Amino acid sequence: MSQPQVDDAAVGRFREAGRVERLVGDIARLDPPRPMRFMHVCGTHENAICQFGLRDLLPPWLRLVAGPGCPVCVCPAAEIDMAVRVASSSGAIVTTFGDVVRVPARISLSDCKAQGGDCRVVYGIADAVEIARREPNREVVFFAVGFETTACTVAAALLDGVPANFSILSSHRLVPPALAALCSQTAAGELDGFLLPGHVTTIIGLEPYEKLVEESRLPMVVAGFEPVDVLLAIRRLAKLTIEEHPALENAYGRCVRASGNLAARKALAEVFEPSNANWRGIGAIASSGMRLRESYASHDAARRLGIEPDGSIADIHPGCRCGEVLLGRVEPEECPLFGRKCIPEAPIGPCMVAFEGTCHARMRHAGRRFESIRVDSIRVEE
Amino acid sequence: MSTTNGSGRRRTGTIRLDRPDRSDGGSAVGSTTGERSKGLITLAHGSGGRLTYDLVKGLFCRHFSNPALDLLSDSAVLDSPVGSMAFTTDGFVVSPLFFPGGDIGSLAVCGTVNDLVVAGAVPLWLSAAFFLEEGLPIGELERIVQSMAAKAAASGVKIVTGDTKVVDKGHGDGVFIATAGVGRLHASAPVGSASVAPGDLVLVSGPIGDHGAVIAALRAGLDPGGLTSDCAPLTPLGAAIAQAGVRPKLLRDPTRGGLATLLAEVAKDAMVSIELAESQLPVRDSVRGVCDLLGLDPLYLPCEGRLVALVEAAQVDAVLGALRRIPDGADATVVGRVVDADVGPVVLRTRYGGRRLYDTLAAEQLPRIC
Repeated sequence: MSQPQVDDAAVGRFREAGRVERLVGDIARLDPPRPMRFMHVCGTHENAICQFGLRDLLPPWLRLVAGPGCPVCVCPAAEIDMAVRVASSSGAIVTTFGDVVRVPARISLSDCKAQGGDCRVVYGIADAVEIARREPNREVVFFAVGFETTACTVAAALLDGVPANFSILSSHRLVPPALAALCSQTAAGELDGFLLPGHVTTIIGLEPYEKLVEESRLPMVVAGFEPVDVLLAIRRLAKLTIEEHPALENAYGRCVRASGNLAARKALAEVFEPSNANWRGIGAIASSGMRLRESYASHDAARRLGIEPDGSIADIHPGCRCGEVLLGRVEPEECPLFGRKCIPEAPIGPCMVAFEGTCHARMRHAGRRFESIRVDSIRVEE
Repeated sequence: MSTTNGSGRRRTGTIRLDRPDRSDGGSAVGSTTGERSKGLITLAHGSGGRLTYDLVKGLFCRHFSNPALDLLSDSAVLDSPVGSMAFTTDGFVVSPLFFPGGDIGSLAVCGTVNDLVVAGAVPLWLSAAFFLEEGLPIGELERIVQSMAAKAAASGVKIVTGDTKVVDKGHGDGVFIATAGVGRLHASAPVGSASVAPGDLVLVSGPIGDHGAVIAALRAGLDPGGLTSDCAPLTPLGAAIAQAGVRPKLLRDPTRGGLATLLAEVAKDAMVSIELAESQLPVRDSVRGVCDLLGLDPLYLPCEGRLVALVEAAQVDAVLGALRRIPDGADATVVGRVVDADVGPVVLRTRYGGRRLYDTLAAEQLPRIC
């Protein structure tokens, strides 16, 4: 799978203050007939928006809302629990990404590790395969959380060949089915358009979104992750909304081709098949998960170790509004636990655990909207 | 900065977050007292007998030599300094043990010395207790000890007492070091965090995040390129400020948690907020590169040789002038100012005019960083 060639100078151009200022000015000068609300579905977008303080630069009539874009946040507690059970009772080594280990289920993988479970943080599947090669007498399980972009790396590793003691516990999710669910659940006028995830679209191309735009009649624009990228896409979405033109456009042309990455899509199709899946705080979305195909059953941890999800584990703590935050229905600041009982050091809901979770990202940025909401509408329930 | 070798695979065999492979085939049971593994630390080295004495005399004393240490009594006996003393303790568990710009030994000396310097003290004496894992190559230990001796000389301190313990293979990751340090407070010691008030300015002595970036790069299997840890004693910088006749409000060194965590703690202590300007933060391009690749924030990355000073606005020119005359302080610069308590302890103005808040770092971004 080839990486896009992005040199330092290009990245610098897309962070240039002058260009950002011009785009901000363009957006402010638009003449909207009514307020607008756009949603993105990518944790990396929320992170970029918070990191660069972009919401502070948008006019008051334009709201940018975070949808279910963090795969760690939407991983059901029952699936986290499967990984915990593997680490604590089967003697296997569970490997996964850093954020995942802190997500609470009955207990988190981090708690399990402190109690003696063998859970190790890795940067990617290659590290996990390496561990499996070095410890041929141990079962090594990679707890695979992520959207299409991450799933590609897992598919590539399996196609390359992995040792017999290595298996995948797949909690992968697909973005287009989630978008479809959001479109169908959203009342008319609640949302005016979508910022589409740049990295996922690099893989899947534009085709999966075409039917969505047709049926929802909402404009959708693929966006990159530098400040100029995000603002370019927002400016385009705002103009399309004013023109009442439901179009599908690509504002991340330097990385995204309309056909996507054919080799990556082929790899995904060979290794995974869609399955019905639950999204934490949201519920079941048809065909939104990725399950290893039968031909890879020997590397499917669930089948190998004979474990199934325990449906009785609660996804959301009483009082926690993560489900509504994930759907973009409420802002983190409207949850009474936000910043009070639920903080990064002691998270109650998944949105506060993951670095790219909406609540965690928002804790790192609380501009004027936080102040106004805090004063006016939060009820403190102790 | 390369991440793959020619075949396109990730480089293997470098540092991982799980325990480094020390397989030499031996088990703890096989290496009992009595075996003399040439060139390797054995349990016998920690027994307090002949081998311990040889190790202490032949390795530690040879490199650390000073009158108090050379007596090898149970305690070092020293003339107490006039006036108030500063006393600090620290522990070092960094992984990997060796990295560009330093090792666990240089971190141990500089970290302890720097805690004394920021208290407003002249560092005088250190203790060093070593917890060695059975099987550690003695050559590695010697490198670490030599490194400590060099940093001690550069800081003007003497390592006057110590201890050595050995734990079974598999029960300690190579070397852990615990230190304590004593220094004499000088007249220009910082006033304290209670004195910090709106209008004060925040200075750093140089680029931030170098140490954290190097460790993060190594752990991720990246070639650090020219990036090295900034591990260094702050003694010359502390002395420069004292000589300038300035009493800063506060001196600190941003280790674990980085500059953001340090300033958040200061702000909460003093019940103020600290405003930083992103365009004024000194960050090396190579550090930004590592951060962009690994999703890290330079404001949360530890430094091991940087001084942070909070001073009255009227004193900033004198302090900057004093720092910039020292090689390690050539890039000293103002990065922010103290303001009335705002929506968060640390507020960063992005270069676009947006805002980003910082608080103390919640979870361990990089375990075993120092």
